[in-house]
Amino acid sequence: MSGIDEIVGEFLIESYENLDRYDADLLALEQDPTDAEVLSSVFRTIHTIKGTSGFFGFDQLEKLAHVGENLLGRLREGELPLTEEIASALLDTGDTLRRMLGVIEETGEEGDLDVSELAERLTRLYEGEAPPADAVAADEPVEVADEPVTAEHEAAEVADEPPAFDAEGNPIGRIGDLLSERGKASPEDIAAALEAQQSGDARRFGEILVNKGAADPEDVEAYVEEQARSSGRSVSDSSIRVDVGLLDELMNLVGELVLARNQIVQLVNDEQDSRYAGASQRLNLITTELQEGVMKTRMQPIGNVWNKLPRVVRDLSLAVGKRVDLEMVGQETELDKTIIEAIKDPLTHLVRNAVDHGIEAPEVREAAGKPAVGQLTLRAYHEGGQVNIELSDDGKGIDADAVRDKAIKQGVITAEQAARMVEREVLTLIFSAGVSTAAQVTNVSGRGVGMDVVRTNIERIGGSIDIATEIGQGTTIKVKIPLTLAIVPALIVSTAGDRYAIPQLSLIELVRLEGEQARTGIERVHGSPVYRLRGRLLPIVDLSRELERRGEHDEEREVVNIVVLHADGQQFGLIVDDIHDTEEIVVKPLGSHLKDAALFAGATIMGDGRVALILDVMGIAERARVVSETRERADSTEQFAASDITVTERKTLLLVEVGDDRRAAIDLTEVERLEEFDVSAVEWGSGREVVQYRDAILPLMRLADALGVGGGYLEEGSMDVVVHTIDGHSVGLVVGKILDIVEQEIRIDHLDDRPEVLGSVVVQGRVTDVLDTHALVGAGGQDSFGSYAGV
Amino acid sequence: MSTDTNVAVETQFCTFHLTNLMFGIEVERVQEVIRAQPMTGVPLANPVVEGLINLRGQIVTALDLRRRLELPARPEDLEPTNIVVRTSVGQLSLLVDRIGDVVDVDQATFEGPPETLEGVARELITGAYKLDGALLLVLDTEAAVRLPGVV
Repeated sequence: MSGIDEIVGEFLIESYENLDRYDADLLALEQDPTDAEVLSSVFRTIHTIKGTSGFFGFDQLEKLAHVGENLLGRLREGELPLTEEIASALLDTGDTLRRMLGVIEETGEEGDLDVSELAERLTRLYEGEAPPADAVAADEPVEVADEPVTAEHEAAEVADEPPAFDAEGNPIGRIGDLLSERGKASPEDIAAALEAQQSGDARRFGEILVNKGAADPEDVEAYVEEQARSSGRSVSDSSIRVDVGLLDELMNLVGELVLARNQIVQLVNDEQDSRYAGASQRLNLITTELQEGVMKTRMQPIGNVWNKLPRVVRDLSLAVGKRVDLEMVGQETELDKTIIEAIKDPLTHLVRNAVDHGIEAPEVREAAGKPAVGQLTLRAYHEGGQVNIELSDDGKGIDADAVRDKAIKQGVITAEQAARMVEREVLTLIFSAGVSTAAQVTNVSGRGVGMDVVRTNIERIGGSIDIATEIGQGTTIKVKIPLTLAIVPALIVSTAGDRYAIPQLSLIELVRLEGEQARTGIERVHGSPVYRLRGRLLPIVDLSRELERRGEHDEEREVVNIVVLHADGQQFGLIVDDIHDTEEIVVKPLGSHLKDAALFAGATIMGDGRVALILDVMGIAERARVVSETRERADSTEQFAASDITVTERKTLLLVEVGDDRRAAIDLTEVERLEEFDVSAVEWGSGREVVQYRDAILPLMRLADALGVGGGYLEEGSMDVVVHTIDGHSVGLVVGKILDIVEQEIRIDHLDDRPEVLGSVVVQGRVTDVLDTHALVGAGGQDSFGSYAGV
Repeated sequence: MSTDTNVAVETQFCTFHLTNLMFGIEVERVQEVIRAQPMTGVPLANPVVEGLINLRGQIVTALDLRRRLELPARPEDLEPTNIVVRTSVGQLSLLVDRIGDVVDVDQATFEGPPETLEGVARELITGAYKLDGALLLVLDTEAAVRLPGVV
């Protein structure tokens, strides 16, 4: 690269950066047109581009910048107000300048981009004229390089303006000053030239001086160059620009180093010599620091993506006749560059969507008692090794029913499926192809990526997307993404003799069941294994079963290791044979033969050099139908019969069969445990039926007898028992059969004269009594049960 | 793979053995040959996918050619050799029973697939060279690494 190319390159980079700020400044100016500081900044940007492009001989660029500058000059003098039209024209100027810079970057030449129309528009605005009645005719190019353009020129400008500033706000040395300071021209001559210029001399400042013989042409040229150069020297000396490709390569190398380090550390563990241990310890530390350092170089504030959004919101809200205020919180939140790139389009789409579909037209908002200006808030923050991005609007919200109808109409789901879905699931349908709730398709909704692509893109980088909405109040979309892709912390587990890595991102906690617990901790509800984790039923997935590797898998485990994970907002427990360490793993993609292996997100190389697969937690949840579990439960959520309503409550109920085909429901929070005893285990003590249970005696109560429905006594086999604990005393309720667990709204009508029944509901099409366990046990003589305590 | 017999071009093949058959792959396709490697199986994958190996930091999918060609399973005590090949879908390792020599063949000795071949093997063999005392079956590598049901 020759010297001049380098300078041009620097000019391009500077100008791009300045133009980005130019956009932001203009938008800020629209909010507060009186901010002189921001206006100066806008002015300086264009001014600098004009000056430097003139120096390089990019005439078109200079001309456009010049008319833009003229217009800005009038704004700055307070001669023109910043109208929407002017702002739009100035923003378009920025876009066009960018395009022209792009052409220069590609070809090194200015190209022949036609700027006459835009220049004319700017000039017209500059002159304060109303736009002509007919649209600007393209075949009537206005000579841009006309009077107002040539009237003042670069050098003149610099001399008679207050000192110009470069991007960092440092004054750029004026040619006049430079010349006089170094004794190349007398202050008198300079003052005279200035005066001549101000009184209408159209020549360049330097030109005037040279023509008068007051300065050497070579000196002027040298200083003009120096001046132009000084405007490109704004990058702080403490930073350098590095090619992203180089950083990518460094990252790959560090990835390899991490693998080698892991291997060495493992080898040294088997080695007795302490010198090796010391060296490997150091290698370990240095590698970790190097990895962090290299990762840091790739980190960028999320604001780099966001800074395009105010413009998107502005243009779009103007186009669709809405008023939207965009607030951004947490711009400084840092993310890996590759991730920043990956979320750019999805995020833009979400913002467009919010403006187009979320926020209502001003008159609609006012009618609904909301401020006419819609509020859109973008928030980013770190949380547990990942970044959350929330986009909330105070718009109309999403009508789940409308989504449902649309999805059925579009054939995305069937009516039966729809009936079984809970609201959250319905909402996620907007991420399916072909589902849009827009009453009418605007030119916005048809453009760019669809919501399905948004989700796909976000999930591809290991992120997730969630949606919450309230009709009339607004919608919040929450996107969770990992900090970095290349190296992630992961938990190493093993099952059926193979190791697997589980990204820490999906991990919630680890549960280890031993001894008695290992045998009884996993209960079954309706055939599905569950574990009671702090009062909540956690669906259990057996990894070896899902992977169809049953090797050493056995029902009778000594120890049960449960890895509690979350996927798509659902928690579930994954049973594995062994849990090992947490390790930094380098994610490598799987070959094309394994692309559709939904259970694996990639592979990595472990310390011993062997390959381990990385589990795709979402894929496992889907395969094990953990995610769809709510669907089946929702299936049984139906209307209920009671009409005399006093209290409404949403409860999770355990459905049991009692006696001869009758059903009853028990509030799950009252259920301590579900057990199965052999009929022969029933003994007799203190006048009651009892069983030995967990080193104590558990009194039994026949639910069929208590409810007076009779039947249900078995001669042999096993019986289902619901263990209920009150005040530290346990009672086993003998039921005919444990049927299911459902979530249901129950309205308790105390009209029922039976004290042991809270009320009746219809569950799965059948009238079911909801039992009051306390009253039941009390009626059975709680004192007599209590006497067994501590035995 | 040219079947033009008019031009007597010498072609080099890397040969290998599966059961009692001898196969050949064009030499330029073969990146390297390595002995049996620790293999990580991929549950639920296509049965032809034997697993993943670590090739100097790169993770390479290994395909079992016996299974691909629907030949009898390899005996437990026979450690397969990896032939790492370059294909249109990237690096892959083909597991074979035993590696043979690199041989020069004369196009004139080329013939279509022998009648004795049956089933899938017939689709994956472009033809045979009649060597002294043996037939060299030419494997269509691209077809062999394209698994049914895998795009």
